[in-house]
Amino acid sequence: MSTIEERVKKIVCEQLGVKEEEVSNESSFVEDLGADSLDTVELVMALEEEFETEIPDEEAEKITTVQEAIDYVVAHQ
Amino acid sequence: MAHQANNQSNRRRVVVTGVGAITPLASGFRKTWQGLLAGQSGISRIEHFDTSDYPVKICGAVKDFQAGDWFSPKDARKMDIFLQYGMAAAVDAMQQAGLEITDALSPRAGVAFGSGIGGITAIQDTVGLLEQKGPRRVSPFFIPSAITNMIAGWLSMQYNLRGPNYAITTACTTGTHCIGMAARTIAWGDADVMIAGGAEKGSASIGIAGFSAARALSANNDNPEAASRPWDRDRDGFVLSDGAGAVVLESLEHAQSRGATILAELTGFAMSGDAHHMTTPPEDGHGAVQAMQGALRDAGLNESEIDYINAHGTSTPAGDVVESRAIEQVFGDHARKLAVSSTKSMTGHLLGAAGALEAAIVVQALQEQVAPPTINLDNPDEGCVLDYVPHEARAMTIRHALSNSFGFGGTNATLAFSRFE
Repeated sequence: MSTIEERVKKIVCEQLGVKEEEVSNESSFVEDLGADSLDTVELVMALEEEFETEIPDEEAEKITTVQEAIDYVVAHQ
Repeated sequence: MAHQANNQSNRRRVVVTGVGAITPLASGFRKTWQGLLAGQSGISRIEHFDTSDYPVKICGAVKDFQAGDWFSPKDARKMDIFLQYGMAAAVDAMQQAGLEITDALSPRAGVAFGSGIGGITAIQDTVGLLEQKGPRRVSPFFIPSAITNMIAGWLSMQYNLRGPNYAITTACTTGTHCIGMAARTIAWGDADVMIAGGAEKGSASIGIAGFSAARALSANNDNPEAASRPWDRDRDGFVLSDGAGAVVLESLEHAQSRGATILAELTGFAMSGDAHHMTTPPEDGHGAVQAMQGALRDAGLNESEIDYINAHGTSTPAGDVVESRAIEQVFGDHARKLAVSSTKSMTGHLLGAAGALEAAIVVQALQEQVAPPTINLDNPDEGCVLDYVPHEARAMTIRHALSNSFGFGGTNATLAFSRFE
């Protein structure tokens, strides 16, 4: 079973079309990984799907880096 | 005649400097052209969904397509497949034209690129998702993936094309309308360069079901390669195909100033409406007649100067005879001297992309002085009396040529192309 961190990074790679080695915990979706506003909406949707959770819009707006995504998932397991 | 001749009156000349295509025969225009000259069929059994309950089990699917060969695969994820085909065909044409979009050219370079239906696969899939999982699972890329003008949008972003940017949607006349109006955009002085064309991926199960219900499609399921047989007495409908066609148009002045290779001149264009029926043409073919006559007038050409016509010729029982008779009416005695072929006998019917692909084919026919054939024409039907270039391509003199497109809704257009001299 993959860790939460691995699963989050896998989704980030798939959704943003980036390679695994480009993604670190500190990576910002917009500034480092080239995401635009629509990409980030879809990324959050993919996280919701993977972790079977619902992320309210006001919470989703605060998820801007890989680490923030991991933290959100851990806190809401 | 009440009409005023509107040809050559101080408008700018428009030439073609690149052609591109993604078709059931091949990805890329040049390989497609080789297939056409060899008389190959791109039609086969449908493999992308279970056709057990469908009366039609064949189509012209694109088989060897890799988005990454043409543009960033990262972008491809956000595009319905029709957008991907359109992008690829445009890139194919741009590469041949060797056009560099400088900062100075950018506001003078535009796009007119449409689709008959748009992202029907994205729509079908997303409706399924919506019903299954609710609105929160609908992708933010769904709408920009489905709307017909997004090829024009993506191309403008990719190449920094800041000139006119639009998509005409007129069913199976889409590609022809886009090219014709793009030429006028240049002739009128609103742009120096236009990328024009059409793209379609109508073979989603809902597309096949819908066209089947309209009784438009061939059900020759046991012999797919023989299913598209324009003017043949055993034809039973068109074969739905996927793909895209594109051309790069430039003002003559612009093409010459950059030393571009000019493939052909776009000399005429005309449009008409049948005002008759949703899906069938009027028996007298008045819409087709009006479009062809208008294109000749626009080009300032006499009937006897046309050597080749790439017909709409979809292989439907009604449409083929009507178009053939319309050609007889327009050209009189000359009708039996010119060559008429339907490349849809090989490619199937690419709907909104058909006119764009066929315009590209006509340009190449003028370049190489060869008319591609009508395959599967074993027994010309009653009333089909023209020279349809049966079975084999023909080397011949082609000075001027027409390309016809007619669409659901009774929307018609004809383009005239000429050897560049």
